[in-house]
Amino acid sequence: MNGRRLAGDFQVVVRSYVRNPVALFFSLIFPIILIALFGAILGGNGSVSTPLAVENLDHNSPASQAFLAALNNTSLVQITMVNYSAQNFGVALGNNGYTTGLIIPQGFQANYTNRTPVDVFLYTNPEDASDAGIAESAVQGVVTAFNLHAACSTCSPILGITSRNVGSQVYKEIDYLIPGLIGFTILTSPMFSMVDVAASYRKDGIFRELSLTPLTKAEWLTSRILWYVLLTFISAGIMIGAGIVLFNAHVQVNAGILPFLFAGPFLFVSLGMLAGTVAKTPESAALIGNIITFPMMFLSGTFFAVSLFPSWLQPIAHVLPLYYVIDGMNQVMLFSNATRALTDLVIVMAIALVFFGLAVRFFTWRDE
Amino acid sequence: MRQAIEVHGLVKEYPGLMAVDHIDFTVAAGSVFAFLGPNGAGKTTTTEILEGLRRRTEGEVRVLDLDPWKDGYALHRKIGVIPQDFRFFEKITPREGIQYYGALFGTHPDPADLLRRVALEDKADSRYDTLSGGQKQKMGLALSLTNDPQICFLDEPTTGLDPHARRAIWEVIRGLRAEGRTVFLTTHYLEEAELLADRVAIIHHGRIIAAGTPTEIIRTRGRPERLLIEAPASLADYLRTNAGVSAEAHDGRVEVPLGTKGDALRVLNAVATSGIPWEGFTTTQDTLEDVFVRLVGQMDEGTLKSEGHA
Ligand SMILES: Nc1ncnc2c1ncn2[C@@H]1O[C@H](COP(=O)(O)OP(=O)(O)OP(=O)(O)O)[C@@H](O)[C@H]1O
Ligand SMILES: [Mg+2]
Repeated sequence: MNGRRLAGDFQVVVRSYVRNPVALFFSLIFPIILIALFGAILGGNGSVSTPLAVENLDHNSPASQAFLAALNNTSLVQITMVNYSAQNFGVALGNNGYTTGLIIPQGFQANYTNRTPVDVFLYTNPEDASDAGIAESAVQGVVTAFNLHAACSTCSPILGITSRNVGSQVYKEIDYLIPGLIGFTILTSPMFSMVDVAASYRKDGIFRELSLTPLTKAEWLTSRILWYVLLTFISAGIMIGAGIVLFNAHVQVNAGILPFLFAGPFLFVSLGMLAGTVAKTPESAALIGNIITFPMMFLSGTFFAVSLFPSWLQPIAHVLPLYYVIDGMNQVMLFSNATRALTDLVIVMAIALVFFGLAVRFFTWRDE
Repeated sequence: MRQAIEVHGLVKEYPGLMAVDHIDFTVAAGSVFAFLGPNGAGKTTTTEILEGLRRRTEGEVRVLDLDPWKDGYALHRKIGVIPQDFRFFEKITPREGIQYYGALFGTHPDPADLLRRVALEDKADSRYDTLSGGQKQKMGLALSLTNDPQICFLDEPTTGLDPHARRAIWEVIRGLRAEGRTVFLTTHYLEEAELLADRVAIIHHGRIIAAGTPTEIIRTRGRPERLLIEAPASLADYLRTNAGVSAEAHDGRVEVPLGTKGDALRVLNAVATSGIPWEGFTTTQDTLEDVFVRLVGQMDEGTLKSEGHA
């Protein structure tokens, strides 16, 4: 690597982009559009019922099941059964992106039939008042119904509600969405443009022109990587800012995400170049680019957390490089799990280096 | 003189096509060599093999004592190339392009000076995609000079240029030669080759059909010099019978091929004694273009064999 050549080439890349106002406008405005769009979809209270994570510790007793069926009939909440028994329920809820949760305690049926007072445990997040309010009214409604059903003139209500807070750190969908959408731009912006550049520069003879200079293929690719790293830094900043300002997102912004904002573009610029190298024409390049990009775009945790996928789909996510970029950013920005973030980073860097090596090896300036 | 380029038995085969068919030539260091031929003759193919951009099928090629394909990286520092269809980054200006190439080659070219040499100073700060075809070509030429090359490969550098711009490029080529650089030039303008080139080679269907200095080629492959006399057709008959020359009449002129210098005197004497009125005379000679057109035509008719060596 020669610094002056690299700097010279980088300058050409920057000028080429900056002087293309439409492209530049979209690459800066697109992150805001993404956040605003998805934030509005997820944040809207419309007809979508509030997700409620339920753990039934009463071994699916008929009474507990009747209680849940009644809760489900309210249509106010959408019940997902979970099993966090080994963990602190409130923290586990938070880690899995729920703002509301319910525990049906062990002995629920026995107590109810014996008319011994027993409480269900409702977890809500005071910061998300609307979800909390909906869940509270749904659970309160069912509790009241059950009490009326078992009512007698002398006895006090059997069922009650103990309210607790969802764990220390609370995540809403928008929080998940920020690493996901950053990952989305890390993937799409270099991939689509690199496959195009690779094929059209060959067609236009720009590679042939460059092959007549001492610029090396590694330098050429590196200056593109540096540009996309810069672009990613900017667009990630915009997305985090927009998420916080528009949707009150709770993400930790720290230097821990920087390695991912570097390794991600490094990986996908190399992969895009590799794909463009395989293609012989700009048209087939676009096709190959799409074939690689689309599965990753949806199956890596960009718009939906991978943990919400059906189990047969999850292994597929785990072979997609973007999954590790997004998971790593999730670990840094949401869960503060440095060990897992580091593992993800090592995986991403390793894949990036392999793709970089392959791209430099196989892309050719001149007709062989 | 040292040879800048040596080519022996060069062959380039594309699937189903012999684009270059066993050609030989050498280019002396410091000379201007023009490579001529009709469309599809194999000029660009040969040029790009010399530049290390295409792999040859067979044959021996040395450029500045390097094998262009294997030692391309080393060679490219020493040569300047303007490809036939030069394209560049759309949004970059000629000035920036020169600075960019300076960075790549590790040189410090003066953009203003280079652009003045190719008569493009007025467009120094216009982006490539706003330049006209000829201006793009000039930008390519300026870029090819940023690394102070020993050999300049110019593949049709003047195609599409206006007469003024073409002359500016000619001046650049003369300047390159004066600075001791070797110029390998392809062109469709035969007068350009005649004016600029120390040696030319004519290639057709991948074979060299004539080679040498322009005067040599005209002398050996052209028709003899001819005398044109403005006179009625009866003069032609008179000269045929009285001067023993093969005079022909057309377009109000009588044309007489001249074998030797003596022929001219004999014919003019005969004209004077004929008593036939005449207006004046000129002599005419084949140009390189005349020779080119005839050789190419003869080869297409199958009446010409290629020259083995150039
Ligand atoms: N990449 C290629 N694959 C197959 N055939 C090719 C290729 N490049 C050139 N040819 C063929 O080889 C022959 C010589 O082409 P070349 O470009 O060398 O001609 P040229 O003398 O430069 O012509 P022009 O004056 O039109 O530029 C042509 O018949 C052309 O069709
Ligand atoms: Mg050509």
